[in-house]
Amino acid sequence: MPNPLYESEIHARLREQARRFAKKEIAPNAHAWEEAGIFPRDLLPKLAAAGIMGVGYPEAVGGGGGDLSHVLAVAEELVVHGESVGTVVGSGSHGIALPPIIRGGTPAQIDRFVRPVMAGQKISALAITEPSGGSDVASLQTRAVRDGDHYVIDGDKTFITSGTRADVVTVAVRTGGEGHGGISMIVVEKGTPGFTVGKKLEKMGWWASDTAELRFENCRVPAANLIGEENAGFLAIMMNFATERLMLAGNCVAIAELAHRKAIEYAKERAAFGKSLSGFQVVRHKLADMASKLAAARALTNEVVQRHTQGEQVASLAAMAKNVATDMVTEVCDQAVQIHGGYGYMREYVVERLYRDARLYPIGGGTREIMNEIISKFEGY
Amino acid sequence: MKILVPFKRVADPENANKVKVPVGANGLGPKIETTGMEFKPNPFDEYAVEAALRLTENGTAPKARLGEVTVVTVGGPEADQTLRGALATGADKAVRVEATDEQLDGAIIARALAKVVAQVGPDLVLLGKQTVDTDSAQTGPMLAELLGWPQVTFAVQITNEGNGSLLVTRNGDGGVQKVRVKLPAVVTVEDRVSYSGGVTSPPTPATHKYADGVRFAPLPAIMQAKKKPLEVKKLADLGVDTALSVKYLGFEPPPARKAGVKVKTVAELVDKLKNEAKAI
Repeated sequence: MPNPLYESEIHARLREQARRFAKKEIAPNAHAWEEAGIFPRDLLPKLAAAGIMGVGYPEAVGGGGGDLSHVLAVAEELVVHGESVGTVVGSGSHGIALPPIIRGGTPAQIDRFVRPVMAGQKISALAITEPSGGSDVASLQTRAVRDGDHYVIDGDKTFITSGTRADVVTVAVRTGGEGHGGISMIVVEKGTPGFTVGKKLEKMGWWASDTAELRFENCRVPAANLIGEENAGFLAIMMNFATERLMLAGNCVAIAELAHRKAIEYAKERAAFGKSLSGFQVVRHKLADMASKLAAARALTNEVVQRHTQGEQVASLAAMAKNVATDMVTEVCDQAVQIHGGYGYMREYVVERLYRDARLYPIGGGTREIMNEIISKFEGY
Repeated sequence: MKILVPFKRVADPENANKVKVPVGANGLGPKIETTGMEFKPNPFDEYAVEAALRLTENGTAPKARLGEVTVVTVGGPEADQTLRGALATGADKAVRVEATDEQLDGAIIARALAKVVAQVGPDLVLLGKQTVDTDSAQTGPMLAELLGWPQVTFAVQITNEGNGSLLVTRNGDGGVQKVRVKLPAVVTVEDRVSYSGGVTSPPTPATHKYADGVRFAPLPAIMQAKKKPLEVKKLADLGVDTALSVKYLGFEPPPARKAGVKVKTVAELVDKLKNEAKAI
């Protein structure tokens, strides 16, 4: 599974740890958590104690070091061996919420907002999307008006992963004029008067991960919570997007890996017309096509991750990797359900859940169409 | 305390279905085909490492080492990865005795380990009660015999009494047994030694609660493990008798499981158990 071109012995060791953790702490409860739509909060300190939470974050901010390639390796093991995509993405919301603070925050902000999350004591979320618009970040409407030592925030955010439980929310707000030049990032803490969690949203998949609407009404936030310079938030958001898209591409590879394994297992076990399903050429070829597409998406994702960690600007490549991976996971999960026949349509089979989980990926973190727009722009069509 | 933990790289029992035995003369295969199999540390040895770490630290501040744990394996270069894994978990040093599987049996390994014990000078040898590949459970007892040290097998709980002796709870056929053993000694462990209360050691306050199971190695420890000392010795240089006393004549896979039957009544079940399976 891991490719020695892109992964070292360190990754292999790390994968072993994550695999052991997933089998011990996630797999036994995966189905129950997903069915109940509950994220197990006490998993977070366990992830922190096992050193998994901090992977990909500098040791200087309480992390464990490593880069995006380590993050993806760990996430893949957690998905493949924990068999709960919702749990993994729910415990990974800091992957998009913290980097802007780590890159642009002061030491005091890092102590207050980053370290407790790394320790598994607090939950963080990123709030950009609004009911009136998602990918069109430059048009966001949530306003933050400076008033003495505070900003007063008014507006709504939606589709916020870990939003119902978040203690620390990294929020994109408009502090200046129209367009991308008027956007800032500010941290709002749970319990701040005027900050309320609207409702837990009912989703197609990712059930073990909560998603919420957030409301800010005359919400006074200390000016000390502003991340970096005022009106300089757009760049931070764009930089975050490339990483987020590669993480999502990595998720797709992991989900497809699991779906493919489940399909192989079922095809070998299930008998029809006197032989196993895998005894039929048509089924074997389905599996071979799934494996091939998975290998291609994995290779592209690995390549772009490596180029990203080496410092290359990969906005366009990351969008390509995401689209290739989302197309792939859509098809692999569909075929995994198909191979399972009637059982694939039943909730007790993991592939049924993966099929629903997979549908998020061509939408979340920028739609498939937005990815193509990014590619078109960068390639100069 | 200085502890030596013998450690073995084994085929992952979860991939047991991948084991292939090529058919040879008389239906017996000359060897087990290991290509494509995944390998991992023998789980019982991992429990031994966990217990060894707990005996050489204060559990509330595990980064400061209060003793020394050396892991040792006998095998080829591929086993270095297994040793690095143990170093990442927290062991301080590693030794590999270079040898191939064909050169080894339990007795040779015990003789090699006895030489390593003489060189490392541990107060305690802690190892898994058995390996999950060959399940012979001989290495620990043979090593104790060669060293002339007391041994306790199948330990489920170890208490360091602090005066050169350990109080060890072991699983026996008729129940549990508590054994006080003077160091130096050989102790073989079961999985329960890695549970929360598996080890009691004075520097760790009695109020400290370990998590059940072997600790996880965080990424910084994995990276640092590359820098920890790993010494390679040649089996021939240890000056041990390398004559095999166990020879494998051939291998065959276990018979495939037969299809089950469904019974309609309890009476039919009892009848089948009695007359067909002869189980009752």
